[in-house]
Amino acid sequence: MTTSVRREPTFVGMPPFPEAAHAELANDVQRANLRAATHTIRAKRDAVVAEVPDWELLRRAGEAIKDDVLAGLPGYLERLEVAVRAAGGVVHWARDAAEANTIVVAIARAKGVDEVVKVKSMATEEIELNNALARAGIHAWETDLAQLIVQLGEDLPSHILVPAIHRNRAEIREIFVREMGRFGRPAPERLSDEPGALAAAARRHLREKFLRAKVAVSGGNFAIADTGTVCVVESEGNGRMCLTLPETLITVLGVEKLLPTWSDLEVFLQLLPRSATGERMNPYTSMWTGVTPGDGPQEFHLILLDNGRSDVLADPVGRQALRCIRCSACLNVCPVYERTGGHAYGSVYPGPIGAILTPQLRGIAAHRVDAQTASLPFASSLCGACFDACPVRIDIPEVLVHLRAQLVDGERGPRDRAEEVGMKAVRWAFEKPWRIGFAQHVAGVGGRFARHGVIGRVPLPKRFTGPVSAWFADRDAPAPPAESFRSWYKRTDGGQEE
Amino acid sequence: MRLALFITCFNDTLFPETGKSVVRVLRRLGHEVEFPYDQVCCGQMHFNSGYREDAVPLVRSFVDAFEGYDAVVVPSGSCTAMVREYHAVVARQAGGTLPAGVARVAPKVYEFSEFLVDVLGVTDVGAYFPHSVAYHPTCHSLRLLRVGDRPTRLLRAVRGLTLVDLPRADECCGFGGTFAVKNVDTSVAMGGDKVSAALESGAQVLCAGDNSCLTHIGGLISRQHAGIRVLHLADILACTEALPDLQPYGPGLDIASGFAAEQTPAPEVTR
Ligand code: SF4
Repeated sequence: MTTSVRREPTFVGMPPFPEAAHAELANDVQRANLRAATHTIRAKRDAVVAEVPDWELLRRAGEAIKDDVLAGLPGYLERLEVAVRAAGGVVHWARDAAEANTIVVAIARAKGVDEVVKVKSMATEEIELNNALARAGIHAWETDLAQLIVQLGEDLPSHILVPAIHRNRAEIREIFVREMGRFGRPAPERLSDEPGALAAAARRHLREKFLRAKVAVSGGNFAIADTGTVCVVESEGNGRMCLTLPETLITVLGVEKLLPTWSDLEVFLQLLPRSATGERMNPYTSMWTGVTPGDGPQEFHLILLDNGRSDVLADPVGRQALRCIRCSACLNVCPVYERTGGHAYGSVYPGPIGAILTPQLRGIAAHRVDAQTASLPFASSLCGACFDACPVRIDIPEVLVHLRAQLVDGERGPRDRAEEVGMKAVRWAFEKPWRIGFAQHVAGVGGRFARHGVIGRVPLPKRFTGPVSAWFADRDAPAPPAESFRSWYKRTDGGQEE
Repeated sequence: MRLALFITCFNDTLFPETGKSVVRVLRRLGHEVEFPYDQVCCGQMHFNSGYREDAVPLVRSFVDAFEGYDAVVVPSGSCTAMVREYHAVVARQAGGTLPAGVARVAPKVYEFSEFLVDVLGVTDVGAYFPHSVAYHPTCHSLRLLRVGDRPTRLLRAVRGLTLVDLPRADECCGFGGTFAVKNVDTSVAMGGDKVSAALESGAQVLCAGDNSCLTHIGGLISRQHAGIRVLHLADILACTEALPDLQPYGPGLDIASGFAAEQTPAPEVTR
């Protein structure tokens, strides 16, 4: 089978967040899909979290364990390497995406295969492994249902856990009917859009790939430094097919995924499913340690991926983003994400975690970043719902504001001269109380021209596209009153002489 | 108790009525509040927008203005949160005597409902407001200060007032400071949903502890002629039988009561 391998779309070249969001917000089908999906997951998560009396203690334990791992990362990584080797696995180190991809391609080539089956994995999304394999003439079959929908639809993932969350049943049916036949077993005739029927179509389509594949590629949710055990948590069982049937298993693992000991799983296997899918426990938890003769893959490669993580680790405020266990709870509660969807973030990591992780992985601490990257830390109203939901207590608003300071004070982003002038002017006015008093007086005189105390549409020439026209595009504002509070207080001695 | 009012630059300039309401409520409860004229701004806009160095002089002036008071009352959840949660961050970066100053002053700073319930120990402030009210817990009151049910306890004790539930109350209104203009489309989409929730609640008045969020929500309501009024908690608590329904405000009325002023004042909201 040497059909040319289809390249997948990537996020490269996406516009900055406000522009991308403008387009996404107009997609009414996606808005409805996201509203329904996020509200459903939110309610489920809230219910199962409320059941756990020591949830806050679990969160603190999760935070502490991850912080300990990050503080001693080199040592833990070496322990993991020794343990995996002792159990018959091969350990590779990849500085960046290119190195990791080269290693995977080389192993697949050595096995002489033109296809691999894949367990859903954010790390392989991050390094765009599928396109690297495609360039080498190797098909990468996604086997997670939602990821399959994205792949067949030549779409981009829009959610960490449910990459096709922006699609509804009717759209999925349409994609299956149109695309499945081009890559394997076609969808059955007269496929309905019942979830059961769609799942059955995916199952039949994937089954032949599971049975045929000689090589599987996965990510990992956790890796135990002590024992060398890797753990994958999933809902469908398709991951387990990949992890057990093929002869060779390649796992790409971000270096921050470590846990010191087996018993640390106790904390995370409670935190993750409840935060992610709102389940008490996920249906499938697969764990393997190296290779077991006669059982499962007989060759195991573990690729430890840095790809910017060391730079993140060097930032004392930003490094907490490396605690992330990719549960998506912050996406599901985010009011911005709920409305714009994941594509607007122009990154495989969308939502609040994407807004803090992507700029850091792209090197914001070290050098200037492009306008799209620089827009991400501002893609938040700082409402704080993400921090409350995060099972490892990542203070996302704190990191967002920290990154904004890096962009502005640290000059890592494109400069916005108009905003700078405005901010300096406000600061100047605030430096002496008489200045603010004077500004208020001027504003109050202007306010007298407003009708009924309301400023409605402001007829600004087109070239003034700053904050004023942005505000008044859809909103009115109160006219400044004739008398500020401080003038009133002075004139009436705090209302005594009124 | 030497008591100071931090009016916030936003209220000072745009919503003086809210400051007057705070003074009136506290006076009714037997407390005189001082207004230190040296106060300006908490620095939140600069801090949250990445202009951290520009926030330093503002934090310093805050400490200077409020040093020596036993308590500082603030009619804004987000400005209170800025002082209590983040002034220390700014101060640490600036160094010198500032961290010590912040450590002395910041813990004495209270959001209005916190001050009434926790410091003065009152929930019934003697107010009268014969309208149905929905309360929107602004994000920084809700998640940074954790004011919890303090505002609704105060509202429940108001004679004549019917408190109705706001659907999806804990969702952000989309104001977010400069977010409102930097990400205008998303901000307006969030605000539109908040207006829908307010209409769904059936309330005549949408109340909150932050005039900044209310300016955004009220600005949308005004543009849509949606017929709901937005009011700061203090402005409701200031109303009494003698001075009911916003009449104490005089010429500033249109500002605080907003945006519905363009329509002829209708005593009953028909829906
Ligand atoms: S940041 Fe927290 S809530 Fe968001 S995906 Fe990561 S672990 Fe989950």
